[in-house]
Amino acid sequence: MPFDARQDRMEINVSGLTKVFGDGPGAVTAIKDADLTMERGEFVSLLGPSGCGKTTLLRIVAGLEAPTKGTVEIRGNAVWNGTRRSAAATRPVSMMFQEARLFPWFTVVDNVALPLRVAGVGRKERTERATAICETVGLKEFLHHRPNALSGGMRQRASLARALVTDPQLLLLDEPFGALDAMTRDALNIELMDVCARANVTTILVTHSISEAAFLSDRVVVLAPRPARITAMIDMPFDRPRGLDLQQSMSFQKMVGELRHKLSEGE
Amino acid sequence: MSERTLKIALPAISVCLFLVGWSFYVRTAEVSAFVLPPPEAILVALIEMVQTRELWDHTLVTVTEAVSGFLIAVGLGISLGFIMARIPPVEWAAKPFIVLLQLIPKIALAPLFILWFGFGLESKIVIAAALAFFPVFSNALQAFKSVEPGDKDVFTILQANPVQRFYLLDVPSALPVILTGTEVAVVLAMIGAIVGEFIGGNEGLGYLAVAHLQNLAVPELFAVIVVLAMVGLLLYTLIGRLRHSFSAWHVSSETA
Repeated sequence: MPFDARQDRMEINVSGLTKVFGDGPGAVTAIKDADLTMERGEFVSLLGPSGCGKTTLLRIVAGLEAPTKGTVEIRGNAVWNGTRRSAAATRPVSMMFQEARLFPWFTVVDNVALPLRVAGVGRKERTERATAICETVGLKEFLHHRPNALSGGMRQRASLARALVTDPQLLLLDEPFGALDAMTRDALNIELMDVCARANVTTILVTHSISEAAFLSDRVVVLAPRPARITAMIDMPFDRPRGLDLQQSMSFQKMVGELRHKLSEGE
Repeated sequence: MSERTLKIALPAISVCLFLVGWSFYVRTAEVSAFVLPPPEAILVALIEMVQTRELWDHTLVTVTEAVSGFLIAVGLGISLGFIMARIPPVEWAAKPFIVLLQLIPKIALAPLFILWFGFGLESKIVIAAALAFFPVFSNALQAFKSVEPGDKDVFTILQANPVQRFYLLDVPSALPVILTGTEVAVVLAMIGAIVGEFIGGNEGLGYLAVAHLQNLAVPELFAVIVVLAMVGLLLYTLIGRLRHSFSAWHVSSETA
């Protein structure tokens, strides 16, 4: 095969992706003919109102939902073979959900170590690695707490730590900070950006917050409902590293305005 | 007086008043001792019986039957519950039998089990197991079915194999509800064992109760009932402790 730098940097390739739930007159098209390519290390947000299919798109990429039509490739490996998901293609994937989804029967550190345990890493090594990652996300004092004893923000920190403990190449985020207060959310977004940049991880974030999408992303994909589809892709031309003060700048405000306009066009 | 002391003192006082009232009533109303002996007569009978080997042998038999039946019920109930929750067609196929068996008063099957399994321990174990099975089974089925889809997604993303899913997700998710079922089951297992002993055989506390009845040894009969209550309480407390230690993380036990 001839050497192709672009091909080499290609991380994700979504093409003609369509998902229909149910059949007959009651069928609902969750997403129609979505195309998306991403480069390694890129941070892309899927932005849209509820019902635009952004979560469905993410779940198909994650291997949680089979597509009706179209293909998803991660590093050249097809995620779906018909309705069968490929374990090999989705191995480098980590995901965070709206809820922290921690398990109350494990302590925080055991929750964070769970992906390593499932992967067959020995107790000593997985506890060390989980402890290290907990410390980087500010959970040092809570290692041996039960998740129920943690605040919402702390739970999502633990959930983030669990998503990162396997050194994933692809991080899928389904509105992970949507239920948090604005201050906690800002703090976690800064941390998330930090971690993603350091680990050169490719990230897809599903969100309905315009400023969050603009602040975190290299590129924002705008989706619209009825029919659910991608309506625009816009680059976020802000230098990195970004700080919270970026959100006060004129250029950022202008970008937020443009995104809002694109969103309302799709209605 | 503080609420704490009242909570300890009041039940003690009410029990004492009840016993005194009972004793007083039996004496003044001249109730026949064959109908209702005074509590002190029961206490005397109990103290005498506790000193004999006989009582302990019979108690051991009943406990063995109840606990064996209970363990069988727990093993079967959890495995069948899990299989049916995991493979719905199995549940659909088994549904008519489940409904039918639930409708039959299980205790009515006791004579049949004596017929099939004889007058020894086995038939009582089977009766105890039959009674204890349903609360474990239906709780297990429900609990395994209601493992959160979002939690399953986490395990799908982690590419966990079926065995890992079972012991890292399904069992701990379902355990609080299953253990609630076992609390009911252990009481039913005791009832099963005793009824089995009523019907046939010559061992166990149930047999002892019937034997005392036939001799019109009424204080002794009451004493047996007291022992049965004690054994039941002990088993129930044990299971309750177990549940508490296993599900300390569960919301319902946190607020309790």
